[in-house]
Amino acid sequence: MLRLLVVLCALLVPLAGRAQPEAPDYAALAGHDYEAMRAAVERLGTSGDPRAATVLGALQAGRLVVAPDHALYIRNPDGSVVEAVSGKLAEARGLKEIRLNNAVRRALDAALGGLRLFSPDPGDRAAAAEAVFRNRDVGALPALDRALAKERDAGVRQVMAEARAAAILASPGSSESERFAAVATIRARGDLEASSLLASLTGQPPAVAAAAHAGVVAIQRVLQLWDILEGVFYGLSLGSVLLLAAAGLAITFGVMGVINMAHGEMVMLGAYVTFVVQETIRANAPQLFGASLLIAVPLAFLFAGAIGIAIERGLIRFLYGRPLETLLATWGLSLILQQAVRSIFGPTNQAVSTPDWMSGAGMLGGLTITYNRLAIIVFAVLVFAGLIAVLRATPLGLQMRAVTQNRRMAAAMGIRTPRIDALTFGLGSGIAGMAGVALSQIDNVSPNLGQGYIVDSFLVVVFGGVGNLWGTALGALTLGIVNKFLEPVAGAVLGKIVVLVLVILFIQRFPRGMFPLRGRAAEA
Amino acid sequence: MSSDRFMLDRRGFGRLGMGLAAAAGLGAFPRIIRAAAAETGPIKVGILHSLSGTMAISETTLKDVMLMLIADQNAKGGLLGRKLEAVVVDPASNWPLFAEKARRLISQDKCAAVFGCWTSVSRKSVLPVFEELNGILFYPVQYEGQECSRNIFYTGAAPNQQAIPAVDYLMREEKVQRWVLAGTDYVYPRTTNQILEAYLKLKGVQPADILINYTPFGHSDWQNIVAQIKQFGSAGKKTAVVSTINGDANVPFYKELGNQGIKATDIPVVAFSVGEEELAGIDTKPLVGHLAAWNYFESVDSPINKAFIEKWHAFTKNPKRTTNDPMEAHYIGFNMWVKAVEKAAATDPDPVIDAAIGVTVPNLSGGLSAMMPNHHVTKPVLIGEVQDDGQFNVVWQTPGLVVAQEWSPYVAETRDLIGDWRAPLSCGNLNVKTGKCGGGARRPT
Repeated sequence: MLRLLVVLCALLVPLAGRAQPEAPDYAALAGHDYEAMRAAVERLGTSGDPRAATVLGALQAGRLVVAPDHALYIRNPDGSVVEAVSGKLAEARGLKEIRLNNAVRRALDAALGGLRLFSPDPGDRAAAAEAVFRNRDVGALPALDRALAKERDAGVRQVMAEARAAAILASPGSSESERFAAVATIRARGDLEASSLLASLTGQPPAVAAAAHAGVVAIQRVLQLWDILEGVFYGLSLGSVLLLAAAGLAITFGVMGVINMAHGEMVMLGAYVTFVVQETIRANAPQLFGASLLIAVPLAFLFAGAIGIAIERGLIRFLYGRPLETLLATWGLSLILQQAVRSIFGPTNQAVSTPDWMSGAGMLGGLTITYNRLAIIVFAVLVFAGLIAVLRATPLGLQMRAVTQNRRMAAAMGIRTPRIDALTFGLGSGIAGMAGVALSQIDNVSPNLGQGYIVDSFLVVVFGGVGNLWGTALGALTLGIVNKFLEPVAGAVLGKIVVLVLVILFIQRFPRGMFPLRGRAAEA
Repeated sequence: MSSDRFMLDRRGFGRLGMGLAAAAGLGAFPRIIRAAAAETGPIKVGILHSLSGTMAISETTLKDVMLMLIADQNAKGGLLGRKLEAVVVDPASNWPLFAEKARRLISQDKCAAVFGCWTSVSRKSVLPVFEELNGILFYPVQYEGQECSRNIFYTGAAPNQQAIPAVDYLMREEKVQRWVLAGTDYVYPRTTNQILEAYLKLKGVQPADILINYTPFGHSDWQNIVAQIKQFGSAGKKTAVVSTINGDANVPFYKELGNQGIKATDIPVVAFSVGEEELAGIDTKPLVGHLAAWNYFESVDSPINKAFIEKWHAFTKNPKRTTNDPMEAHYIGFNMWVKAVEKAAATDPDPVIDAAIGVTVPNLSGGLSAMMPNHHVTKPVLIGEVQDDGQFNVVWQTPGLVVAQEWSPYVAETRDLIGDWRAPLSCGNLNVKTGKCGGGARRPT
């Protein structure tokens, strides 16, 4: 038995790098002293204790809990509880989650980075190496060397080499030639993190410092080019939001000529439909949550569309040809809708969650592409294409165009114009409702949601050319991109003002917008 | 007038004698009689919080907590033997309307005290009204300081009770060397950032290491501002964001931070206007570790806080309603007003204003807060980190209570000013160098 233990220890020693004689100190993790916790995490990270990775992983995931007698337990995802140090199943009451602060979290990232370098999953290994890179953890150097020697995956090797370079630069014992090689490795990485790391170097030999500085300059030069592309992406993203908000208005205002001040509230209703759909799914069918937005889109279209038809039948049809009264009536209606929503759902913001597939960001070269924005751009393109298709390729679209171009002739041909009016208005409102589903992902779902978009929507439609859908699309994208390129230079407040002034000047020169309707339709 | 005389007859001899003596002394006979007449009815308490418009999200809760406090006081037998009656008005997030409604509360409804306002611009709008009509306002929100009116009691934090300790914490614990000061474009963030910028420079931070950014109310597209912060934070020095972003613009801001992967361990964001209420609309998992500085968090572990939260849930009939810092400020302010009225044995503004100074009441974090001669309250400062359940975990707090500095010592024009409303000084902006009182309550320029 004793021999077995000795053998076991002998096996553990090389694994640990440097094993410590005393038992690792887990008790400090349960304390309230964050500095002591941080130090304990660092010690555990290099202790070589076989339970360290499990316990620290549980601590990071918020699953390490402490009993009233300060004993540590791990709460497994399936609800069972095990003793932290021994890993045995246990029964315990009054368990409390251990709270961390940022310093402890950083130490955890670094310690787990060192411990997980040998994980069987290549994704875990890459993440671990990335953590070492970010934390410039000198202590992980021996482990990195061993991990590099074993690593087969080229991508993971690359990250490990970068992490090793970062550790070498931070280590006081590295030679100058090692440092040069490390700077070159990091420079080749070429992203913001690399530039940040090179810029933060202190206490390097003068030649290495010069190489690092040259590296920063080179990386920044490349990043500046990516910045321009990033600006275009942001502009497209803002433009797609504007397009979504304005597409419905392009129908009701642009095609039908109704000044609908309650348009923003249709967007708001669409967002609330999303909220209700998510709540229902959460309560009844949680496994469908990832599809909640896809389910919400048609429902929002139908709901907002139905409200739109009701508004047209109940209010607007009595006011055709009287724009001022339409404006006042729909504005009053927008207040009523807001207050109704406020009475039903309360004045506070509602939490609409983002499904996992829309969270986070991916890198495309030097571009950070956030998935929610990308999804909205794609959605805007689909909605717009769908709208064009309805207008061009369906009998309803044909009748709509006929009625808006020449109402009396259309009526003479047997088209029921009041019905078409109602459906057109319903279509515009329904599209606004779909926009609400998208906006619920990036803005606050509150009764005031619509107000923020109504002015911008009118701006886009007027700027693009009333009555022209392609004008609306191009107007939205132009305004989005101009706005996003002005913002860093002029600031968000001044940027908006400048855009508004530019649009006013533009409308002064071209009163019918970018793409005015020509011919008989323009005079109608 | 006849009814006044009737009251006098009925009131018996002692009070008549007192009234006569006072009238002889002050030459204010009709006023005393009127006060006596009012004393039979309920004491009116004005509530001036927006119940519609952009600020409704924050202020509605404060109206509710005031109603709870008043109901509670009435259950205890009222005040001076009289019931309290709440007068609720809705200034609709419209700053000039705040002034109109305040005028109505004081002169028409005869409110003994008004509890209200959230944004500094609304407070600036009602300040002249309260000074002109000699009313009392309890203002419950952290603010930028640089003000000290005789008619306002500031129960929220001044900058040195929130912003400065938070910056100190980041310097000390996170070793931050580079600062982004991001705010909404109005008076509170601009003044706070002016103070912070002066303070940081005093601490040896280079101007190149400070980035100031303002956005409009309700800003929703944070993509390139967050990218700019990321860029600014990559210069090799530890960077933090000090956020005075107000209202619901915070939700898309934090969402964008999460999406672009800015973690609190890389670039922490410390916010001065983000509480439990604002986090209610966000998934806080990507935000764990970002900070907020307040004088109270719902998660504060004290028996008095537990009782308060239970009472709040029972009153609102909603076990999920959160509590937050301005609610605690109203709790403190209301109890202070009650004590001051009891001490003065009257509800008239002048005796109550004088009696309020020095009043001490329990705060919700388990200590005692006192009303200081500068009309500000002593408070503990708490730094909390966002947790994945939308609550804050207190990671640091001041060892004792902090006395408010109403005039910032870091801004050249206000360095030598103090406020002290005790007689004989009775001045909101006394220059201690020249010994002169600036008069009024506004910032001298």
